[in-house]
Amino acid sequence: MIPEIGHFALILALCVAVVQGTLPIYGAAVGSSTLMSVAKPAARGQFILVLLAFCCLGYAFAAKDFSVLYVAATSNSHLPLHYRLAAIWGAHEGSLLLWTFILTIWMVAVTFFSSHLPEAMRARILGVMGLVSVGFLLFMLTVSNPFERLIPAAVDGRDLNPLLQDPGMVMHPPMLYMGYVGFSVAFAFAIAALLGGNLDAAWARWSRPWTTVAWCFLTVGIALGSGWAYYELGWGGWWFWDPVENASFMPWLAGTALIHSLAVTDKRGGFKVWTVLLAIMAFSLSLLGTFLVRSGVLTSVHAFATDPKRGLFILVFLAIVIGGSLLLYAWRAPRVGLGGGFDPVSRESMLLANNVLLVAAMGSVLLGTLYPLFLDALGLGKISVGPPYFDTVFVPLMTPAIFLMGIGPLAQWKKASLPELAMRLRWAFGVSVVTALLLPFVLGKWTPLLSLGLLLSLWIVTTTMVNIRERVSHLVGNSFLSCLTALPRAYWGMVLAHCGIAVFIVGVTMVKGFEVEQDLRMNVGETATIGGYTFQFDGAREVKGPNYLAARGTFSVTKAGREVTMMYPEKRLYSVQKQMMTEAAIDSGLLRDLYVSLGEPLEDGAWSVRLYHKPFIDWIWGGCLIMALGGLLAVSDRRYRLSWRRERQEEPEAIRSQEKSVA
Amino acid sequence: MKRFLLPLVLFAVLVGFLAVGLTLNPREVPSPLVGKPAPAFTLPQLHDQEKTFSPADMAGQVWLLNVWASWCGGCKEEHPVLMRMAKAGDVPIYGMDYKDRRDEALTWLRRHGNPYPLIAVDEAGRIGIDYGVYGVPETYVIDKQGVIRYKRIGPLDDELVAKTILPLVQELRNK
Repeated sequence: MIPEIGHFALILALCVAVVQGTLPIYGAAVGSSTLMSVAKPAARGQFILVLLAFCCLGYAFAAKDFSVLYVAATSNSHLPLHYRLAAIWGAHEGSLLLWTFILTIWMVAVTFFSSHLPEAMRARILGVMGLVSVGFLLFMLTVSNPFERLIPAAVDGRDLNPLLQDPGMVMHPPMLYMGYVGFSVAFAFAIAALLGGNLDAAWARWSRPWTTVAWCFLTVGIALGSGWAYYELGWGGWWFWDPVENASFMPWLAGTALIHSLAVTDKRGGFKVWTVLLAIMAFSLSLLGTFLVRSGVLTSVHAFATDPKRGLFILVFLAIVIGGSLLLYAWRAPRVGLGGGFDPVSRESMLLANNVLLVAAMGSVLLGTLYPLFLDALGLGKISVGPPYFDTVFVPLMTPAIFLMGIGPLAQWKKASLPELAMRLRWAFGVSVVTALLLPFVLGKWTPLLSLGLLLSLWIVTTTMVNIRERVSHLVGNSFLSCLTALPRAYWGMVLAHCGIAVFIVGVTMVKGFEVEQDLRMNVGETATIGGYTFQFDGAREVKGPNYLAARGTFSVTKAGREVTMMYPEKRLYSVQKQMMTEAAIDSGLLRDLYVSLGEPLEDGAWSVRLYHKPFIDWIWGGCLIMALGGLLAVSDRRYRLSWRRERQEEPEAIRSQEKSVA
Repeated sequence: MKRFLLPLVLFAVLVGFLAVGLTLNPREVPSPLVGKPAPAFTLPQLHDQEKTFSPADMAGQVWLLNVWASWCGGCKEEHPVLMRMAKAGDVPIYGMDYKDRRDEALTWLRRHGNPYPLIAVDEAGRIGIDYGVYGVPETYVIDKQGVIRYKRIGPLDDELVAKTILPLVQELRNK
């Protein structure tokens, strides 16, 4: 009964979404405020209905209702409750429900934070989001219904894929989807603005916080996924350029470009057409990511069971949504005027260059991801594009982008002077270059990439320090501290996010340069030493988990005779899916991770063992978290809170006066 | 206007490729086994555990080896096709129940019907490794000399059966 209620709620939600996607947009076109006012209650109603469906599926999992096909396929009576609930998004059908649910969450958020928007604008935004929702609800109800019954019921379920039975994986999809779907708000804003023909600075200001919040979620989501790959796959790597990873990285690159482009549109009224295109692109790439993961056109470690009908549905949906918005763009964008002009050397030009580099990076990831498909489609054979391609392409594109990242925030809008910038930054440059050249020798090894990585992160940090000092000296305040707090949060958000990149680069550089890895056979009592740490293997014994059997190894780790830690890597055999899983033991630290994973059992209690010493690896994820925190700090800036509270007419004045006090 | 159409044109090209990509199967890797003798095995039968099945028993016949499992969604999709083929009786289809539980497999066959004269049980998936099983379902066409002539990864459909598999079986029979 409960699953039928969920199914019915989805059907009702589809009806509401159709209404929400048509009447308000039509109303905005003909100027009928009655029709436009449908948008808000429709969005909220749809949220309630999808929430109900989501709870019904959750109930089916909690109650172990194996007469629901999806529940039987992705859970098991021995699976602990928290993983049974996480199994809601453990496979295709349920993750679509999660996608739609998150879309309705964003819709409701728009209804709450849009009281300052003109009614037509709000009606169009919610209308566009309603149309996106129609697509996903139809998809679920036609070819991937999570509530499909299995009659007669299964005695027990097939269990959740053991790879997904992990706390990181529980949080990864919701975070990632919050990001993916969050870009639908920026997308809806852009389409609404194209429809209404009012692409102005105000539009950019409204879009900014939404885009930044979505970007923060996406950043955390990608970091969680990467962290999961690191400790769960047992290979010790943190990024594999797998098609599915790329699918989440492309919207991130487009979203990062969008955030910067929106800043220019907001402050200077420039880049309008470009910003609209980026907003369309970011969301389109989110949809494309969904398509790539779900349709099975590419092989990947995230092998989902694939169904050609599903792939076709998503492709048609993709063609309608993206094709339609690009058509609208081609039709409307030429009429949008250009913003204020700017010099070849100015903050605008640097942001533009940064944008182009980010989009080029996105394009090369897209090309690398789809290249095997292109060749296959043209009948030129089967190949796979691996990390070497991406590494080769990425470093040259990101190096200038990061160099500009240091200069951009210091350059004036409209027209900056290169010699003057060079003067202001000469110390930052000198300190970074000298330190980057010498530091690797102190650390014991010099390679060009090591120096380059250190140079880039030092450059970000030193230029940021110069920037803060200059900003403070422009303010007339009592103390240094009160000056610091007088700077707006949006500025601190940017500083923090940029420093996050620096932290991230340090992590990547140090791991690449100094990690030590050893594969070896260890007998009980034997020791091995890497990176100054001595690992002693004390044997493995059998341990029983709720739905698995494990061999748990014991390693005592010492450094210079002093005990550091005990580590317990496991090799698990999940009983239902008969799948072996490696649970690496990781001892994390600010400056290094120790990583032990068990390979295969050998005779006489010996095991093949993999040991890693990974310096600074946690800085990779730390950097991502700092970036996301920076984004959140920026969103909490006064100007957005003001703009939500105040009437629209008053707003530009308030902002302008505030900006003067800062600049 | 023209430069504003550029993104749309690029996207149209991309959709074209994706559409072609959908009809292709990334898992359809040219199998090194085609043209080679089918790896030998002796496995217990599903319905009668005492008896065994081995490809050598089929010498002198053209037959299909269909790898399936009760847990596999694609198998459910291809099952009606197999049932029709079994009914028509054009070619014998032998099953290999792959990494499955005996009771579940039997229940599954009772529910959906049994197109196979005989089913071998590869509970551990060992033989699957010899055959390079990528994902279930998979189907092999094996000729009179016991050589693999064709391999299909993924569900069979009526079109594939009518246009590729049956003509191939006919051709191999006449050799």
